Amino acid sequence: MSDAPDTLDVPARDAILDGQGAPAVVFDRVSLAFDDKVILDEVSFTLLLGHTKLILGASGAGKSTVLRLILGLLRPDSGVIWVNGERVDEMSEAELMRVRGHLGMVFQEGALFDSLTVRENVGFKLYEETRLPLEQVHARVEEVLGFVGLTDYIDRMPSELSGGQRRRVAIARAMTVKPRILLYDEPTTGLDPITSTSIDEEIIKLRDLERVSSIVVTHQLRDAFYVATHTAVREDGRVRVEPADREKCQEAEFIMLRDGRICFEGNATELRGATDDYLRTFLS
Amino acid sequence: MLEDRLKRAALETQEYVRLCVAVARASVTRPYYRHDIVEQFDAIGVGSLTVVLLTGLFTGAVLALQSGLTLDQFGARSEVGRLVGASMIKELGPVLTALMVTGRVGSGIAAELGSMVVTEQINALRALGTDPIRKLVVPRVLAGLVMVPALTAISNGVGMAGAWIIATGQLGVASSVYWNSVWLGLYLEDVWMGLIKPLFLAFAIVTIGCHVGLRTTGGTQGVGKATTRAVVAGSVAVLAVDFFVTKLLIVLMYP
Repeated sequence: MSDAPDTLDVPARDAILDGQGAPAVVFDRVSLAFDDKVILDEVSFTLLLGHTKLILGASGAGKSTVLRLILGLLRPDSGVIWVNGERVDEMSEAELMRVRGHLGMVFQEGALFDSLTVRENVGFKLYEETRLPLEQVHARVEEVLGFVGLTDYIDRMPSELSGGQRRRVAIARAMTVKPRILLYDEPTTGLDPITSTSIDEEIIKLRDLERVSSIVVTHQLRDAFYVATHTAVREDGRVRVEPADREKCQEAEFIMLRDGRICFEGNATELRGATDDYLRTFLS
Repeated sequence: MLEDRLKRAALETQEYVRLCVAVARASVTRPYYRHDIVEQFDAIGVGSLTVVLLTGLFTGAVLALQSGLTLDQFGARSEVGRLVGASMIKELGPVLTALMVTGRVGSGIAAELGSMVVTEQINALRALGTDPIRKLVVPRVLAGLVMVPALTAISNGVGMAGAWIIATGQLGVASSVYWNSVWLGLYLEDVWMGLIKPLFLAFAIVTIGCHVGLRTTGGTQGVGKATTRAVVAGSVAVLAVDFFVTKLLIVLMYP
């Protein structure tokens, strides 16, 4: 019988999880069906620390389901899901609350709390779930709103914001507690190209400057390729988004879902060069 | 077809029971969202006051009018206070207040939570590490359990005042005779029954509103359907729960 402990203590586990090439999210043969409809069929992939997974697919292909499974909002029928070194597929709701502390989710359309101001939305978790002094919460809220360029809108209600501003507030809300992983569900759907690019740049900035691992679910190819092929750099206190070098581009991987199965996994160059008929149709 | 309906009914019942168990557990363990509890006391209690006052007043008044006619046949017009008092406190006050609260609060809860479900705000809450049961359901249930009995007591009082206006103004019953008759007609058991029943009714109204709201599907149309279902199911539940609790209390309190 081995003398090795079953689980590592928290500092040792965190040291491994913070290391280069550490797995942030692992899907191991995950399947889910609603009645007779198969949503995911033995899906496996690994998201590494600081990397990006871009999940593509037609409507109803199971893209958003992946994010809900990571958050524990849904449970798989079979398979194993690891998030930040913890197995979430068999956790209770109370245990999941702790895991969700290291996750941020940007919902489609933002899902802002419409009865709360931008300040209350962004600081929701800090106001409601922590005992941080109010001054510190206000400071953090202003800091993240500054990051997404919406400090002037701090006391507005969500109904007074445009679609793009709502998504940026949603990103700010998700990043307030400095999560290790950010999940984006169709972050640019329904937005014009210029606003979409500004959202893409927020995703890139968070990934490259804050070292947040990201999973982006989208069917907007333009935005997916933009996120995969650009990087954010800070120079003289200013942030600039520019085309990424070859090595950086390797850190963004595409996954294409079709009928609940992964039909492609690879980087931007490999996706562009794919010869599969379905992929060619999707890309065209 | 029938099998599907039975399955759906069984699933709804199972989910409702799970919600009730979760509410019970969350009510006695931390964290509590005090700000939301106070807000719901105001929304459910103070917000329902006008409709409950008007309902109580007119119910008491019409009860005096009707019973006055009947009592005249027996030469017992002076006993109108006894009849109105007992009817209001034991039955009409709790049931009519509960029905009014169902229409106003039950529908509001279902619409609000339903909208939050279809716009993914409930999922956003969970993603932010907040339990929707603790944040949204428990404050509403606690507010209902405190405010519905209070509203019922107010409704009873206003109902008897409405009956007094009719008794003294139209039936010609002296004020002292009316109030003496009310006093003589009341027993302590009746008062207890009038205060215990609203607790059960409030729990049914609020938990049904929350359950229906949290299980909303199908966008804005779904929210509309959820609102209707909350009122229909809540109203039927009020009458059914009233019957069973009355039966139980009679066995326990009137040996």
